[in-house]
Amino acid sequence: MRDVAIVGAGTTKFGELWNDSLRDIGIQAGFAAIQDAKIESHDIDALYVGNMAAGRYIAQEHVAALITDYSGLSSRHISATRVEAACASGGVALHNAYLAVASGMYDTVVVGGAEKMTDATDAENTEILAASADAQWETFFGATFPALFAMMARAHMQEHGTTREQMAQVAVKNHAHGALNPNAQFQKEIDLDTVLNAGMVADPLGVFDCSPISDGGSALVLMPLEKALSHTKRPVIIRGSTIATDTLGLHARPKLTSMAATKVAGQRALTQAKKTIADIHLAELHDCFTIAELIALEDLGFVKAGEAGAAVAEGRFHLKGGQMPVNTSGGLKARGHPCGATGIAQVVEAVFQLQGRAGARQVKGATTALTHNVGGSGATVTVHVLEAT
Amino acid sequence: MISNTGVGIVSYGAYIPRYRIAASEIAKVWGAEGEGMGGGLGVHAKSVPGPDEDVITISVEAGRYAMARVPWVDPQRIGAVYVGSESHPYAVKPSATILAECVAACPDLTAADFEFACKAGTAAIQTCMGLVGSGMIDFGLAVGADTSQGAPGDALEYSASAGGAAFLIGRDRVIATIDETYSFTTDTPDFWRREGAEYPTHAGRFSGQPSYFRHVTECANRLFKDRGTKASDYTYAVFHQPNGKFPTRAAQTLGFTKEQIKVGLLAPRIGNTYSGAVPVGLSAILDVAKPGDRIFAIAYGSGAGSDGFDITVTDEIASYDRAAAPTVDQLLAHTQDLTYATYAKFRGKVRFQG
Amino acid sequence: MVQTEGIRYWRDMRARYNLIGRRCGKCSRVYFPARSICLDCHRHSIGKMDPYKLQGRGTVSTFTIVHDGDPRFGVQVPYILALIQMEEGPRMTAQLVDIDPPQVTIGMRVHTVFRKIGTVHTEGVIHYGYKFAPDSMPHLRA
Repeated sequence: MRDVAIVGAGTTKFGELWNDSLRDIGIQAGFAAIQDAKIESHDIDALYVGNMAAGRYIAQEHVAALITDYSGLSSRHISATRVEAACASGGVALHNAYLAVASGMYDTVVVGGAEKMTDATDAENTEILAASADAQWETFFGATFPALFAMMARAHMQEHGTTREQMAQVAVKNHAHGALNPNAQFQKEIDLDTVLNAGMVADPLGVFDCSPISDGGSALVLMPLEKALSHTKRPVIIRGSTIATDTLGLHARPKLTSMAATKVAGQRALTQAKKTIADIHLAELHDCFTIAELIALEDLGFVKAGEAGAAVAEGRFHLKGGQMPVNTSGGLKARGHPCGATGIAQVVEAVFQLQGRAGARQVKGATTALTHNVGGSGATVTVHVLEAT
Repeated sequence: MISNTGVGIVSYGAYIPRYRIAASEIAKVWGAEGEGMGGGLGVHAKSVPGPDEDVITISVEAGRYAMARVPWVDPQRIGAVYVGSESHPYAVKPSATILAECVAACPDLTAADFEFACKAGTAAIQTCMGLVGSGMIDFGLAVGADTSQGAPGDALEYSASAGGAAFLIGRDRVIATIDETYSFTTDTPDFWRREGAEYPTHAGRFSGQPSYFRHVTECANRLFKDRGTKASDYTYAVFHQPNGKFPTRAAQTLGFTKEQIKVGLLAPRIGNTYSGAVPVGLSAILDVAKPGDRIFAIAYGSGAGSDGFDITVTDEIASYDRAAAPTVDQLLAHTQDLTYATYAKFRGKVRFQG
Repeated sequence: MVQTEGIRYWRDMRARYNLIGRRCGKCSRVYFPARSICLDCHRHSIGKMDPYKLQGRGTVSTFTIVHDGDPRFGVQVPYILALIQMEEGPRMTAQLVDIDPPQVTIGMRVHTVFRKIGTVHTEGVIHYGYKFAPDSMPHLRA
C-alpha cells in the first residue's frame, strides 16, 4: 500500500444555490479542487462521487457519468463511480478513492461529493432523508431523521443527565465558527435562547438543533505521496481511512446513547495512523443534530461517556480558547449539510487547516486532524485521520 | 321466522375509541343553547375515533377481544368473517379480510362486508347463525362497527359516533343461545348516503314514526308472538339507539321498563355507533349477565328494517373468561374530551394540506 | 391509475398485523422484525430461524414527539414515536397512542393496539399495523 496524499481541495458555497443544478455544483467543486492541485483534466485517472439521493431529489441517477461528462472528460473515458451511503456518501467515496490510489491502481483521483436538496419541498426532504433509515420497520411507522436522533437525545438525557442547554451549546459554537467561514450556509452567530426557544421538530430537538437543507459540493484530488510534492509544497497525508457499519435500524442496537460504528471506525483509523486521540489537534464531526456531536465526542474518546455536554458548555471544543476545536467550518449545522458533499467538505476544511489556509478560522500549529462522517442513524460511519507534511 | 337450536354466542368483544366530544361543545360552535340538539335527543357526548382509527381498527380490536376470551377456539376453525358497517374505509376492498388476518383465521374461510345502515352488524350475526345452524361452518365471526359522520351543523353531528363489537357465533360452549331471530323489512328511504357523498342525508322527522318506530315495534311484536313472550319475560332489552330518546320511547311502547333497558342504553354517553349500537349494547349486557337471564335485542337499519333476537344466557357464562378482555364499562372509563377544532381535524372536516 | 406502493408493504403485512418475528433455533434469541440469520449464531442459524409470535408487551426505552412529520401522517401530527423494549427481547420502533405527550415516561409499560399507520395519498392503500398504548388503558389480560 502506498501513502496517499491530498494535493488539492475545493468547495462551492453551501446553501440555497437557486441558480445551480447538481451538475453545476459537481463541476464547480471539482474544478476548484483541480485548480488547487494544479493538474490538468487529462491527468485524471478516476472519479469518485458521493451522492445520496439524486434519483429522489432531481430524478437523476447515473450521477458519476453525468459529472464526468459535463466536466468535459467523456472523450477520455475515465473510470467514474458513484458511491451511496446516505449522509456518509462523501466519506465512503473518499475511502474508495483512497484505496484506489493506495493500491497502485490509479495515480490521480478526483473524489467529490454533491447534493442538490432545495429542488424538493421540506416535506419531500423529510421523506427522502427518512429513506436512509429502515424503510419497512422505522420510516413506515413514522420515524424521521430528527425523530431518531431525538430518541437518542432523550436516552442520553436520561442516562447521563445531558441537558437541552448543553446540546444547544453545540449549535451556538458551530454558528460562531460558521460566521468565520465565507462558504458556510449560515454566517451568523446565534445565542443560547435562540436555540432553546425555537420550535420543536422532534422533541427534545428544536429547529436550531438540526442541520439545514443545503445544496453544495466539495472535492479533493488524491495522489500517491511520492508524486504529491511535485504539485504542492504542503500535501496532506491520509494516515487513516476507515468505514464501520452497524444495524440499519436504531431499534436493533444494544445502546441508544452511543454509536458502536463510530467507536470502531475511530479506533481503527487511529491505529492505522499510529496516533492516539490526544494527538488530534482539530476535528470535523458529524453534527447533523446537536446530540450527534456530543455522542461523537464521547465515542471517539475526546471525552468520557456522558461528559460531552458539560465539556462543550465549558468551551473545550470552541475555536476561541478551546483545547481541541471541533467543527471550525461551522459543522453540518452552520456550514450546511448537502448530504453527499458533507464527508468531503469536512476533509476540505481539515486540509485548509493543516495547510494554514483557514483564514479567520485558523487553528494555530495544527498538524493532525480527524473527520467523522455518519450515514443514517449510525449504520455507516467513516473516520479519516489527516496529517500535515 | 328463523329459529335455530343450539346456535348462539360463543364469545364477544366490544371496542369504543377513547375520544369524546360533548354536545355542548358542538352546540357552542353552531350557536345553539346548552347541549343544542344533543340535549333534545338525549345525547350528552359522543365517541370520536382517533385520527388513526376506523372501522377496520375497531373491528380488529373487538375481534381480538372476543377471541382472547375463548383461548380454546382455534381461529382456523372460523369459517366465516363478516364486518357490517356503513363506514367501511374502502368503497371497494373488504374490511373483513383484514379482520380475518388479524385473528389468524385465514385462509380457509369465507369473508365479506355487509351494509344495511345501522343494522349491518346484526345482519352479519344472522348470516353466521345460518351457516353454523346448517353445519356449513363451526364458527363465524360477525362484527358491527361504524365511524359515522354527520355533516357540520346537522342534527346527526350530535350523535354520529364510533364503536363496534364482535360476536363469535357457534354451537360449542355457547354463553348465550340465540333462540330466535326475526327480521322485518320494507323499502323506506329515511336515511341514505349516495356513492361518493361525504355525509349522509336524512328525511328529518320521517325517520321517526314510519321508519324507526314502525319497524322496531312491528319486528318486536312479531318476535313476541312467535316466541309466545312479552316484555316482562326478559331480564334485559337493548334497542337500536340513534339517540337517547327513540329507544326509550320504543321500549315504553312495547312494555319494557327503564330498568330493563338501562344496561344496554349507551347512546346518552357515546352517541349512535350505528352498526355498532346493538352489538355494543348487547356486549354491555353480556358483561353483567347471569345464567338464565333472557335478553331481547332489536336493531334497526334505515332504508329500512329491523332484526330482533331472543337470547338466553347459559350456565357456560359462569366459566367464560370475561376478564381476558376489557368490559364496556372499563372502555367507557377511559376518555379524553376534544374541542370542536380537534374533532374537526380528526374527522377530516378541515382539510390537511401539509 | 396504477399504484404499486402497497405491494412492498403487503409482504410484511402478516408479520405486522400479528407480530410474527423469528426465533433462532440454536440460541433462542428472538427477532422482530424477522431475520433469516441470527446475529449471534450466523451461519449456524440458517434454516433454524422459526416464526415466533410476540405477545405485544413491553416498556418504553426512549421516545420523541414528532412535530414535523412525514406528510403521510397528515392529521396524526404531532405524534409520539418510541422505541419499545419487548418482553421477548427485541426492540421495536412504533408510535404511542391513547396518551398525552407529557404523560409519557421512559420505562412505562405499554401494549400493542391495532391502528391505521398511514396512507401515501387519499386514494392509496391504507396501511394498518401495531402501535402501542399505555397499560393504564384497557387491554387484553397478560
